[in-house]
Amino acid sequence: MSAVWITILVLAVGTWSAKAVGTLVLGTRDLSPRALSVTAAILAALVVYETLSAEGGGITLDARAAGLGAGLLAALAKAPMIVVIVVAAAVTAGLRALT
Amino acid sequence: MSDIRTGVRAGLPMVLPSFAIGISFGVLAQPVMGSVAPIVMSIVVCSGAAQFAALTVLIAGGGAIPAILAGMLMNGRWLPMGLAIGPYLKGGPWRRALESWTLVDASFALASNGDGTYDRGKLIGATIPQCSSWVLGTVAGVLGGSLLGDPQALGLDAMFPAFFLVLLFEEARTRPAIAASAIGAVIALALLPWAPPGIPVVAAAAAALLGLHPRFALPRPAQVATA
Repeated sequence: MSAVWITILVLAVGTWSAKAVGTLVLGTRDLSPRALSVTAAILAALVVYETLSAEGGGITLDARAAGLGAGLLAALAKAPMIVVIVVAAAVTAGLRALT
Repeated sequence: MSDIRTGVRAGLPMVLPSFAIGISFGVLAQPVMGSVAPIVMSIVVCSGAAQFAALTVLIAGGGAIPAILAGMLMNGRWLPMGLAIGPYLKGGPWRRALESWTLVDASFALASNGDGTYDRGKLIGATIPQCSSWVLGTVAGVLGGSLLGDPQALGLDAMFPAFFLVLLFEEARTRPAIAASAIGAVIALALLPWAPPGIPVVAAAAAALLGLHPRFALPRPAQVATA
């Protein structure tokens, strides 16, 4: 079996296991609503990570940041989600075309 | 059932970005993995972050073990996210393990009720359009990659952070949620320059999970002593 198929197989099992382990640890015990929101923290980390991460690790500032800035303005102007997403992609693409 | 339908509808804005990023995965994977493997991978793994991490290693000429490690580093965040959502899934351990398969970033965020509880139907529903368009995008990328050229030129990689930003806007309405998002952003920013790929998000999620611990939580208005 080639490296590609071994990677796919192990990663499929590994991804599912990672998801299942967390959900099974606490069983059905209710954590009950708590003040601090896990979702908000993860979302903020994902925004930072997917905007500033460099290929192969490290931090970088590129056209994505400008695109996200434009998306932020659209979001502040209460634009629908799909508009925010398209604006971010369009500004990123425009900046890359210019540079 | 109506919950799942609500989730499907809530997940519809994910169709375009998932499809677009799926295309870029297919385009980039095809020369290294062939035509069938990327599609199979999108079906059985269905995690953009893990797949891109593994692909990056394979493109660089790395073997299966470093590729798997790179992917699994991205998967670290499922542990804290699973802990948060676990109690709201249904049935025995097997059933809940099966349902946990539908856990993806966007569905996790969409399923959040904003008060620390989660909606199981929305989680499962929102995953359906997202994973389908991810797989279809991969197929399109593998088949039509040469026609598209460089997916980065279209700015497709800016779609996901923009999507998460919108969800963050909806989520961070209360003061504790704003505090949590600030903590998450600062941790990710601090770790990004030197930590291995994926770790900044895991660390932010793990720190946020501390907030679920009673010791760190603010008292709830109607908290019962025996609860």
